[in-house]
Amino acid sequence: MSDEVAHESHGNRLYLTVWVVLLVMTALEVVLAYVALSVTVMLVTLLGLSIFKAALIMAYFMHLRFEKFSLTLTLVPMLVLCIFLIVVFFMPDSMRLLEMRG
Amino acid sequence: MAQHAQGAAVSSWGGGGRPYAIGSKKLGMWLFIISDALTFSVLILAYTYVRISNPDWPRPFELWPSITMATVMTFCLLSSSVTMVMAVLSGQRGDRGKTAIWIWATVAGGVAFIVLHSNEWLELIHHGVTPFSNPWGSPLFGATFFTLTGLHMTHVTIGVIYLAVVALGFKRGKYDTEDVEVSGLYWHFVDLVWMFIFPMVYLLSNVV
Repeated sequence: MSDEVAHESHGNRLYLTVWVVLLVMTALEVVLAYVALSVTVMLVTLLGLSIFKAALIMAYFMHLRFEKFSLTLTLVPMLVLCIFLIVVFFMPDSMRLLEMRG
Repeated sequence: MAQHAQGAAVSSWGGGGRPYAIGSKKLGMWLFIISDALTFSVLILAYTYVRISNPDWPRPFELWPSITMATVMTFCLLSSSVTMVMAVLSGQRGDRGKTAIWIWATVAGGVAFIVLHSNEWLELIHHGVTPFSNPWGSPLFGATFFTLTGLHMTHVTIGVIYLAVVALGFKRGKYDTEDVEVSGLYWHFVDLVWMFIFPMVYLLSNVV
């Protein structure tokens, strides 16, 4: 019984840690938005942080890390592939438009 | 009979078992979430692409009140995700009353988000932004902004109703812990989508 309680409190601490990390990363994003960086650097940094936050939410809050790995393999690569297919079509044109703006 | 059971244990794809070791409700919610994630990906991409294509894209999101409020909204959603995790943990411990309280805390976070975001919408509408025009520049701003954030706000609203139903039903013993977990999956997904809308729509407004 006491072992179970210890396990639970560990669980609580784990999720609270993830929460604090997510909040800190959000604060970092807001600060970064007001630092003078080039558009590409800014886009990559913000998207990278967002993808990392999404991964944290999926792994811990949505419990995916503690499920069978085959579930992750079924769900995530398919989604990434589909998004990548869309990006392949729009990315070159977006970059061209961005350069044309000067 | 014994041989059959043994066969099922050897191959998880032999039928009668659960290949992913989760219930069908949870798997169903996961599949919905993945398809919904694609919908949101496309909407965010559309918003970003149209914005880059228009040099006169409106930038109405100032540090105060828009960015500050959006940050507070992010805080509301992230915190409501944690309370939802706490609800699931209490449910697994078998504490029905505590689970319901945590779910209601999650609902409160969702309602706070809806109130703040509606305020933002009303502010924009007050300045004359419609899906077809706005006083600052490209008319596509209203169309894409309202579609993207509107669909997200619809998800939050549905989530609040869904969680309230689960909280009431769980306390009466109508639903079990798996149902709480599945509603939690949906709620975390709504939170996750906002993690992309916040930087792509609000924060990048300063840059491009």
